[in-house]
Amino acid sequence: MFSGFMVNAWEVGTMVAVVGGVVGFFVVLRDSAFPAHAIPNGAFAGAAGANLLAINPLIGLGVFSFGAALGIGALSRRGRSDAVTALALVMMLALGAAFLSLSTQYEPQIFSLLFGEILGVSSSEILPVVALGAVCVVAVAVLYRPLLLTSIAPDIAAARGLRPQHFEFAFLIVIACATTMTVPVVGALLIFTLMLGPAAAAQCFTDRAGRAMAGSVAIALVTIWLALACAYESNWPVGFYVSVFSATAYGIGRGYAAWHTRRQIRATRQSRIIAPTN
Amino acid sequence: MTDVPVLQVDELSVSLSGRPVLDHVTFDVRGGEFTGLIGSNGVGKTTLLRTILGLQRPDSGRVLVSGTPLSPRSRSLGYVPQKIVVDPDVPMRARDFVALGLDAHRYGLTRRRPQQRELVEQILHDVDAERFADHRLGSLSGGEQQRVFIAHALVSLPKLLLLDEPLANLDPRSVQEIVALLHRVARGYGVAILLSAHEMNALLPVMDRVVYLTGGRAASGTTDEVIRSDVLSQLYGHHVDVLQLHGRVLVVAEPGQDNQDIPQHPTLTLG
Amino acid sequence: MHVVFEFGFFTSAPVRTALIIGAVTALVSAVVGVFVVVRSQSFAGHALTDVATTGGSAAFFFGWSPLLGFIGGGVIGAGAMDVIGVERERRRDLATGIVLGTALGLAALFLYLDTTKGATTGATQQLLFGSIFTVDPSTVPLVLGLSALALAIVALINRPLLLSSMSAELTRARGINVRGVGVLFMIAMAVSVGLSSIAVGSILSTALLIGPAAASVRVTKSLRASLMVAGVLGVATTWLGILFAYDSFYWVPSSQGLPVSFFIVSLIFIAYLMSGLPFVRRRVDRPRANLAATSTASADALEAAS
Repeated sequence: MFSGFMVNAWEVGTMVAVVGGVVGFFVVLRDSAFPAHAIPNGAFAGAAGANLLAINPLIGLGVFSFGAALGIGALSRRGRSDAVTALALVMMLALGAAFLSLSTQYEPQIFSLLFGEILGVSSSEILPVVALGAVCVVAVAVLYRPLLLTSIAPDIAAARGLRPQHFEFAFLIVIACATTMTVPVVGALLIFTLMLGPAAAAQCFTDRAGRAMAGSVAIALVTIWLALACAYESNWPVGFYVSVFSATAYGIGRGYAAWHTRRQIRATRQSRIIAPTN
Repeated sequence: MTDVPVLQVDELSVSLSGRPVLDHVTFDVRGGEFTGLIGSNGVGKTTLLRTILGLQRPDSGRVLVSGTPLSPRSRSLGYVPQKIVVDPDVPMRARDFVALGLDAHRYGLTRRRPQQRELVEQILHDVDAERFADHRLGSLSGGEQQRVFIAHALVSLPKLLLLDEPLANLDPRSVQEIVALLHRVARGYGVAILLSAHEMNALLPVMDRVVYLTGGRAASGTTDEVIRSDVLSQLYGHHVDVLQLHGRVLVVAEPGQDNQDIPQHPTLTLG
Repeated sequence: MHVVFEFGFFTSAPVRTALIIGAVTALVSAVVGVFVVVRSQSFAGHALTDVATTGGSAAFFFGWSPLLGFIGGGVIGAGAMDVIGVERERRRDLATGIVLGTALGLAALFLYLDTTKGATTGATQQLLFGSIFTVDPSTVPLVLGLSALALAIVALINRPLLLSSMSAELTRARGINVRGVGVLFMIAMAVSVGLSSIAVGSILSTALLIGPAAASVRVTKSLRASLMVAGVLGVATTWLGILFAYDSFYWVPSSQGLPVSFFIVSLIFIAYLMSGLPFVRRRVDRPRANLAATSTASADALEAAS
């Protein structure tokens, strides 16, 4: 499992997990589950189109991801209509299906684009993928503090000259970047779980932002590694394992949080401190 | 104490969606002063504060901070908005949120210097938030969160602190505590305060000046200068009486007049 | 004539079946969809389609009727969402996302097993993107029956449904079981989604559910008008889509032609975009882009209906 072509998978998978964890931290913080779901669906059409034109799928993924991100950003400025975003999302999927039907390899292509493929990234693509991943991580590092403030307290941020709309756009672009490099391995329909589960779980174990981010990456790494190993052994789709393990991580995190709160409540009751009700 | 006022609002007129809200409002806030912006709900206090902060474009008039027009980069103004909902799931401690007040505008990841950390500790101590500084921001009560937001605004050492209705929805004892805290902190850090409220009695002991807002127009000055029948009657456009009883102030219109626009505490009890 | 209607269009049996099923499912989706849009449940509607995918792919694997699988998945998803939906807005999106992800992951597994187990090829394509030309004609009665069921449910609860979308409190005060109404509506949604999954595939059935309804709501004032326009739009786009898909068989060099669902979704998307154009919108006094406005319109609709 660790030799030959699988080395690719481990390298790319690790990068995917790091990006998924880092970007996912803010996806959960900003409650951006819907864009995280919608942008990859747009990417699907791009990959299908690239396949049809026989060009590098990363280009198709990139162009359509960015387009979807800009589209969602523009739509949310005018007050987001769920209907319009859902329709645009579905339109992209239909377009992707149409592109694929025009090429000769309909079925297997659909499947791996939607649900992932261990060897989704070929050797020649490793460098661009890693580069894209690095760009994502660096972008988040650069935007870290302003993004934190605009995510938690947008009014205060605005008063300081940090325009929340600008940061929303910037973050959608980051999601687009992350989408481009993660979709080939995990699949367009399922990549968003990697940006939700680990980050949401990490939040349950720590109160501190930095640690939550680190935890998000750690859990994402475990998720991907386990998923790759299981997919290798069983031949079942990678995306399936990623989604299930992400959900499991989320469940464990929430379970821990619930247990922890109950323990805290019991402790406060026992110590009988009458805190000032402020 | 410099000669230039920390804040100059000059003939400010603002309309929202075509509806005029503020009409040639003019007042100053001088360094270290505690100013109350008094007006009933919906009269335009938040709009005024937002315009001062540069979040709202005025139709005419100008805002000067220390003599120069406000630029977003300048950190002379601290802001505590009326209501912020922070989800309890958000992984951010109160302490870290206050520290964010120092460098939220900075891009990139730079380590915080020890003096900065000390400043954060100091401010947390001064707003009485040490007790829950390591708790999650979203898990704190409304009043506790408020102190954290005040600390967050203070940590960048602004010249003027703007607070939007910090006393609304607080019980009387909490109101007293916050007013005392603000007064103490303002003196300690040499920062001027502009605080909006719909009821002025809790602020009477600490207010240096008052800006009374109604019908889009404002009268400003000391409480003695402004809270008088003749001044307020002119402002309202109809006769109002100002009653003072046991150190509390009550503004009433004649029976038959529309009382809607007069800021009243609904359960004000005299004595 | 032959340019528009290629050879054999009207005589082809699969086409006839497709037209019937397409029309019926589009109609049901449009009607249910109007209520979904008015109640601002577009995201829930979309989520249901993803869970339906799981049901359909599982059913396919076990050799059951995909239609029942889609509906079953939808009902289970509706139930899960009812449980989750009680919590506050923020956790709802995250939790819904996780549930969706798991459902789709399971769908991935079943689809994989589908393709490796049997000789059936194109399971992914059929289930996710529609198989209206290959539907077994014997399912038509079932489709008609289920459609009637969904429409009956909506007809039964349409007033409390509207009222509760404005104010749950008010509805409860009238002695109506808001929870029950919500559950019944979810069932109607699940059935509708299941039906349109046959036509355009589960991934794309959101378009049939929300598209005509959203477009119609933008240009009409009363509930009755919204329902009619949505229905007409749904059926028209579906029939046109079937026509184009059939014709595309002859246009395109490869043997497959473009998927029906692609045409239907594209037409719906275009119709929606057109509904936003100024000259179309000018016919309406009030824009209906937000719930407050639709609530007023719902109030008008209620008045008109009573």
